[in-house]
Amino acid sequence: MQKSKVTCILCPRGCTIKKKAQGDTFEFAGFGCKRGLEWAKEEFINPKRILTTTVHVKNGEIDFVPVRTNLPIPKEKIFEAISILKGIEVLAPVEIGSVIVKNILDTGADVIATRRVGKKDSSYD
Amino acid sequence: MEKYKVVVIGGGPAGLAAALESFKSLDDKKVLIIERDKFLGGILNQCIHPGFGLHYFKEELTGPEYAHRFVEQVVENRIEYLTETHVIDITPEKEIVAVNKKGLKRIKADSIVLAMGCRERTRGAIITPGTRPAGIFTAGQAQRFINIEGYRIGKKAVIVGSGDIGLIMARRLTLEGIEVKAVVEIMPYSTGLRRNIVQCLDDFGIPLLLSHKLVKIHGKYRVEGVTIAKVDSQLQEIPSTERFIECDTVLFSVGLIPENELSKKAGVVLDMRTGGPVVDNTFSTSQKGIFACGNVLHVHDLVDNVTLEAQTAGRYAAIYSQHPELFENNIHINIMAKEGIRYVVPQKLNKNFVQPFVLRFRVDNFYKDAIVTISNAGKILIEIKKSILTPGEMESIEISQKILSQLDFSNDIVIRLQNI
Repeated sequence: MQKSKVTCILCPRGCTIKKKAQGDTFEFAGFGCKRGLEWAKEEFINPKRILTTTVHVKNGEIDFVPVRTNLPIPKEKIFEAISILKGIEVLAPVEIGSVIVKNILDTGADVIATRRVGKKDSSYD
Repeated sequence: MEKYKVVVIGGGPAGLAAALESFKSLDDKKVLIIERDKFLGGILNQCIHPGFGLHYFKEELTGPEYAHRFVEQVVENRIEYLTETHVIDITPEKEIVAVNKKGLKRIKADSIVLAMGCRERTRGAIITPGTRPAGIFTAGQAQRFINIEGYRIGKKAVIVGSGDIGLIMARRLTLEGIEVKAVVEIMPYSTGLRRNIVQCLDDFGIPLLLSHKLVKIHGKYRVEGVTIAKVDSQLQEIPSTERFIECDTVLFSVGLIPENELSKKAGVVLDMRTGGPVVDNTFSTSQKGIFACGNVLHVHDLVDNVTLEAQTAGRYAAIYSQHPELFENNIHINIMAKEGIRYVVPQKLNKNFVQPFVLRFRVDNFYKDAIVTISNAGKILIEIKKSILTPGEMESIEISQKILSQLDFSNDIVIRLQNI
């Protein structure tokens, strides 16, 4: 369902920006600045978010590696992406920035590791 | 006893930035970082969400990525560090006692940078009635359990307090398949950043109950639910507004306190309002040669500001190790927080270092169209209009060379809100 109002996150003012149908086009109201208007248009049409979560690591110095999408992905695909990532296990060592899932759900975004995870016991005495 | 020019206590964002900056400033490079956890990076390691570095790096990073950039430099420069090492004492003479697997260690430093961060307030801090079953966490503790240890901490949760960590955990729990029933906030406003309210609560339809308090936690072995109620403008419970919410998990995100047990042992004077040391514009505490930065000094909302502040502290700590005489006593004028300003850091200006610096402060309430003024000897030096000021966002004002040249050094500097 498309929203009719959003809260701008660009500054602490937090304007409530409303969208009204005006024939075939839309009219926007409530924005405090031009940047806010541009942000809201995008947020109404295609809200996107960076997704961050963790993925299992086998034989690592820690058992989970934090990951994120390298681009924002459509908001409605977030839970589907999470369920894919829940089913994955990578093998240590993992380098920061290495691709865990390429082009997840055809969003064009890769899921990348946000931390280096060494092998178990490698750095221990 | 091992000797160092600068020893940094804490390997989080403040400690890393301070150590790097000290290292750059010193010729003999004797810098040591002491960290109690297994890895450098501090709390950033568990903050896997995005939003870090927008100001400092001009790009959006996660906590571990932000930390990595500094850890990498520490490793490349071969700055010495000890992990899994716990500092148990600091003396005013700048001797440090630390303990790790190998035993007790004594270290002598020319200067020390305190960068121990902060700790979370717990249910006890807000005097929560009820039983003590399993399932009660502080938000940061839950964050560590989920993001690093990989535990599933519950099925249905209520979050108490709407600070940033609470909001971020509301999203994190939701992504982990844990239903967040509500975020309960006693104040009529959230103290969290706007973008977190939108992206962590609104995105998932999680209700934010403002002017509500937690009245009781129920359950014997495991949390079975909570009772909440509405409060009036005096934050007092309004009778017959009580409501039971069934849940098995309660997260507290009810504020952070600078972790100053070691500072106290070293005899550092603390500011009642920040909870951290009183410092001057060199980030020197009341104990000569002991500096402080990051969340141990005052609780920040953005790590980017911690980095900038820590760099300054690290630079001056290095200067101290070579020229301690520049930090002698009675060389300060006070910087006072007056009407509308809850606190200001630094609280003093060192007359030997009249160089541009940044005043960081928080207001004591929610203000619209207010004017922040900085005055000295009855004269207003800076006047800045602010359309919105909230207690949740740290504000900063740069004190330029031009302003400094107009200062009367026999008078205090005063920061206040006008027209309120």
